Amino acid sequence: MTVLEASGVVVSRGTREVARADRLAIEEGETLAILGPNGAGKTSLLLALAALLPRQGELRLRGEPLRDELAYRRRIGVVFQRPLLLDRSVRDNAALGAELRGATRAESRRRAMETLTRLGVAHLADRPAAAISGGEAQRVSIARALAVSPELLFLDEPFAALDAPTRESLIADLARLLREERITTVLVTHDRDEALALADRVAVLIGGRLRQLDRTEKVFAEPIDAEVAAFVGVENVLAARVETATDEITLMRVGGATIAATAAPPTEPNVLLLIAPDDVVLSRGRETTSERNVFDARVQAVEPIGRRVRVTLDCGFQLVAHVTRQSARELALAPEQRIVASFKATVPHLLPAHRDLDSP
Amino acid sequence: MELIAQGIAEAIQRLVTLDPDVRDAASASLVVSGSATALAVLSGIPLGTYLGLARFRGRSFFLSLVNTGMGLPPVAVGLFVAILVWRSGPLGGLDWYCTRPAMVTAQYLLAAPTVIGLTAVAIQSVDPMLRLQLLALGATRWQLAMLLVQETRLLLLTAVMAGFGAVISEIGASLMVGCNVKGDTRILTTAIALDTSKGEFGSAIALAVILLVLVFAINAVTTWAQQRPRPA
Repeated sequence: MTVLEASGVVVSRGTREVARADRLAIEEGETLAILGPNGAGKTSLLLALAALLPRQGELRLRGEPLRDELAYRRRIGVVFQRPLLLDRSVRDNAALGAELRGATRAESRRRAMETLTRLGVAHLADRPAAAISGGEAQRVSIARALAVSPELLFLDEPFAALDAPTRESLIADLARLLREERITTVLVTHDRDEALALADRVAVLIGGRLRQLDRTEKVFAEPIDAEVAAFVGVENVLAARVETATDEITLMRVGGATIAATAAPPTEPNVLLLIAPDDVVLSRGRETTSERNVFDARVQAVEPIGRRVRVTLDCGFQLVAHVTRQSARELALAPEQRIVASFKATVPHLLPAHRDLDSP
Repeated sequence: MELIAQGIAEAIQRLVTLDPDVRDAASASLVVSGSATALAVLSGIPLGTYLGLARFRGRSFFLSLVNTGMGLPPVAVGLFVAILVWRSGPLGGLDWYCTRPAMVTAQYLLAAPTVIGLTAVAIQSVDPMLRLQLLALGATRWQLAMLLVQETRLLLLTAVMAGFGAVISEIGASLMVGCNVKGDTRILTTAIALDTSKGEFGSAIALAVILLVLVFAINAVTTWAQQRPRPA
């Protein structure tokens, strides 16, 4: 069942349109991530969907058109980037939503204790909100939103202000909670890992427009265009020309090299070939790989990025690979080193060529 | 030096023995300034909250008026209230001239802009995201206003203290409309001025000590309120 349906929703600041969703439906029990870069209009869209910002268009909650904003807001829950707790005890903070919606004090506190327990912070109930850590405060904020049993939960980058260990543990707990209790959720984030960890479907918002809306795996594996590809981490976007195409394999020319792909080619010969850096394998020699696409490469640059290492290669065309730090150590990766790069024929995703990119 | 030493000794003696003149002036000050501040709080906090939250045409002009009111010269207010309550004035029928109600009125006019202005600033200083969070939790406009008042209660306490501080130490308006009647409208400031003009420094110092203690207590509470930790 569709919980929220947004049609023709437009958010503007003055005369400037900052976000638009022509049609967006959130289904019962699913988590939809609105993923996009900073300034894409994600938060504006979320606030509009939560009836917290003036907007054009129509919102329907379980088929009912939004007429009374207060009544609508009393059926949803919202968690923001910062916990935004009041200067009172943790328990009273968690009970606030239920109390504002007319529950008795005792009932509000009972519900608050229930959700504080589910979020693992019940032991802090009597502490003043000012005396708990940022991670604990965000757990309390989530507990406060869940204590009202929302029909729809909005999360606006709730992990963005947390340190890495706190963030990871909260994401894991929230993922379990959303899955087990089938809470219908809209998550706004710029972080791909958060979307991958929590979302059933992803809507990519770039420049205020929803560019792709699909199952999470599909968006990450088959981005709809080069810009979405770049945002979901597919760094290798290669202009290629189809040489031959059969039912099983498509062979394409990229620079001086030939790349094989199992994906069916678009109708036109000029294509964009998308390869996720995580899918590129590096090895010392050709004998250690059984991949269809194998290239002798020269290392151009080696840059640590968090737990991974980004390796830029010259294979006759430029290719970026992400490897673990351990692999980088074992392969002794350094600029100018010769190496073998390979990837499976199932890896490349093909798109019609963008007119701004040069064809080979 | 001898004059100062004598004055201090007499002041101590008057304070220790709870001299009736000192006691009367101190209690009159507390009653008049306390009443004026209470009225300023009752009207100023709702009005300041409205000004802090609402957006309407002329709001900036109204806020400018309030800010101007925060710097009103007490003698100008005294003159205005004196004309109002003068026997032939618009409120002459009340027979308030040289009475405590006239002093309370004058002090209210001095304290109210401070309470209104600082309340509006306190409400405006609340993180706009907190307002959205409260609305998202299902707060009505009324609930939102009440929660914001609760949330800024320490800043509002500062507003109240500032209002009280402004009137407890003023002299011009109180002297003009209260007439400094002994045992009735004689308050700490007017009594200090009178005793000083008569050379009765012991009494003046004793009264000044009480006034300073009151002002110190106000500032101590205000400082405590401002330095308290806040939630994330």
